[in-house]
Amino acid sequence: MTQFNEMYQGAEVRLPYARLKDWVAQMPQELRSLKQAEAEALFRRIGITFAVYGEGGDPDRLIPFDMFPRVFSGSEWARLERGIKQRARALNAFLVDVYGRGEIIRAGRIPARLVYQNEAYEKAVAGFVPPKGVYSHIVGVDIVRTGPDDFYVLEDNCRTPSGVSYMLESREIMMRMFPDLFRENRIEPVDTYSEKLRRTLSSVAPAKCKDEPTVVILTPGHFNSAYYEHSLLADLMGVELVEGQDLFVDGEYVWMRTTEGPQRVDVIYRRIDDAYLDPLCFRPDSMLGIPGLMDVYRSGGVSICSAPGAGVADDKAVYTYVPDMVRFYLGEEPILQNVPTWQCGRDEDLKYVLANLPDLVVKEVHGSGGYGMLVGPKASRDEIERFRLKLTEGPGNYIAQPTLALSTVPTFVEEGVAPRHVDLRPYCLVGERIELVPGGLTRVALKEGSLVVNSSQGGGVKDTWVLAE
Amino acid sequence: MLSRTADNLYWIARYMERADTVARLLEVGSRISLLPSAQGYRSEWDSLLQATGMAHAFAQKYGETVQRNIESFLFFDRDNPSSIASCITAARENGRIVRTALTSQVWDALNTAFQELRQLEREERSKLELSRLTDWTMRHAAMLRGAIDATLLRDDGFNFLNIGYYLERGDNTARLMDVKYYVLLPRIDFVGSGLDNYQWTTLLRAMGAQRAFHWAYGGDVTAMKIADFLIRNPQSPRSLATCTAGLMNHLGRLAKAYGRETEAQDKARSLAAGIESATVEAIFDEGLHEFLTRYIAEAAQLANAIHDAYLSGEMR
Repeated sequence: MTQFNEMYQGAEVRLPYARLKDWVAQMPQELRSLKQAEAEALFRRIGITFAVYGEGGDPDRLIPFDMFPRVFSGSEWARLERGIKQRARALNAFLVDVYGRGEIIRAGRIPARLVYQNEAYEKAVAGFVPPKGVYSHIVGVDIVRTGPDDFYVLEDNCRTPSGVSYMLESREIMMRMFPDLFRENRIEPVDTYSEKLRRTLSSVAPAKCKDEPTVVILTPGHFNSAYYEHSLLADLMGVELVEGQDLFVDGEYVWMRTTEGPQRVDVIYRRIDDAYLDPLCFRPDSMLGIPGLMDVYRSGGVSICSAPGAGVADDKAVYTYVPDMVRFYLGEEPILQNVPTWQCGRDEDLKYVLANLPDLVVKEVHGSGGYGMLVGPKASRDEIERFRLKLTEGPGNYIAQPTLALSTVPTFVEEGVAPRHVDLRPYCLVGERIELVPGGLTRVALKEGSLVVNSSQGGGVKDTWVLAE
Repeated sequence: MLSRTADNLYWIARYMERADTVARLLEVGSRISLLPSAQGYRSEWDSLLQATGMAHAFAQKYGETVQRNIESFLFFDRDNPSSIASCITAARENGRIVRTALTSQVWDALNTAFQELRQLEREERSKLELSRLTDWTMRHAAMLRGAIDATLLRDDGFNFLNIGYYLERGDNTARLMDVKYYVLLPRIDFVGSGLDNYQWTTLLRAMGAQRAFHWAYGGDVTAMKIADFLIRNPQSPRSLATCTAGLMNHLGRLAKAYGRETEAQDKARSLAAGIESATVEAIFDEGLHEFLTRYIAEAAQLANAIHDAYLSGEMR
């Protein structure tokens, strides 16, 4: 399988990377080690660490940061941007539809079972249209690349995609360590993200809210692995970071407990799952939620971002139908392609998957974080047989995709610089307007040959550049 | 600000001040234990455990009052919520939750203390001198205090931090004095003896106030002078008068910023008035122990009032 190295075209350096060639060639080994140590110290100092569940060990583990940036030209990005925004619009149209009349199902474009019997489908919000008709306010679209013009969407994240703090902090650290690079290359800034996020959240305040809306971020608490990100975003936007216990329902509104008495809350950017939002509506044993929140929400007293129920759009089984959504709701052809996907719940697909396991990537429909997946070409015979058994027992729980020849980007490794596989997660903001900062989170599989970029599986991050045209 | 944030700030201060006091207690204990003993009264260490309010828990876990066990209990033991390790960990945890309400220097001070603590815990115990541990603790407490004073915005969060400091410090001063008077000298004929004076001097030393005391008073060390210094003298950084004045000041600033008074301001005023109006003679007439017990109880009521008015989020 030939792999596309984003820096080269044959022996030629591709234009976006032109200036990086000299940069890396002229960097002495000592300087490199020095800078790497400096980056690590900076990350630790600002406290940007990542806890991995169920691993024990250091709860303040650092995500490895690779200093070699990943670069897009302005025109490459322009196309990506159009594709991502298109997808975000379609996904939101789909959500409004399936909690409303369900036209796409009536039209026979997507099976009713996949939607209405989906665990992520919230009956509690059927018939409710959130302000501005937006369910998913932050859409994280995971994209991989296989050639100069070949981009595929791996999955959509419509609930609460995380990782944006790495996009912001990686950039801060790169600018601090290599100011010359930023003088020589014209790199679009990403630090407008927090301002755009604040504007997006404010724009979906409930109609009842007449003044400047009060926005808060709702976190499960400081034991959560993404707590740093929650507190960073709260800080950058200048809003309160609250836990469930800080909020209560009184009358038709939600209030937060402050030292000056109750203060009304208009928009909640929640970083907890639907199930934990309101013990009266969802899980009764939730200690994280706010009793009565959903009643206030449905009567238009508060906005919740992303809206409860948004998860039905990013289910791995629903994913297959996103290109159809684009055609159905927008009347456009999808700009970004899906990875061809086999639904193991379908007999003919299952047959194909079982026959070709060593060549495929098999994923759990509801899994995340790179857990519970099979990478056929890298798996041992035992692992493959174990998956074969799982697939026969519960085929509906799995999808399969071809092993893509993911693009690589030069990466600093022990022996020098070597290509490593990457993916990309941009964060699309949907409110009154749809916005996308030029950049995103590039995750890199640091192990040679590895295709798994998840931080829980030894992945690292890179700064992602978009060059100004 | 969020009530929970105010609560976290308040506890950062209380825990660090408590760690500082425990370090001072340990220092006093080890100093007194260097004296020839066999006088026949109770061990000094017992009285120090009484001061932390943890004598019972210690007896249950360790039994005999051996210096080494007491060091472990007061410095390293995570089962003891008032141990220095527990206090620093709790302070840092509270700080982590409210990172955005702190400056990077304040966070640095908290986090560095915690990271160094973890290193200390990995070191061989026999290589750790007690004086190194107590110095280390007091240094980090001072660094945090300095970072707060030098870098933090003078907003309501700053007031809640200071309220935590002054409440804890006043409580600690009262308890330290009480233990010296009450536990060490159960019989009145010891009062005024040479030994008595030596122990009072050690108390001053523990509060880092021995020289300050001599500058302020001169002459012989007497119980009356020490009581005046630690209770009524507004120049003394740890006196009850200084602590209550600090509480009045910061609660007053909150009332002004929020545009309303609460029960907490009332209680702080009456606590301060009680200190100001009492002469040393009157205090000794009432009985030092009785006076201190009353102070500790009233300060606890003030803490409750602060909790209800600001930290619980129940105020409507």
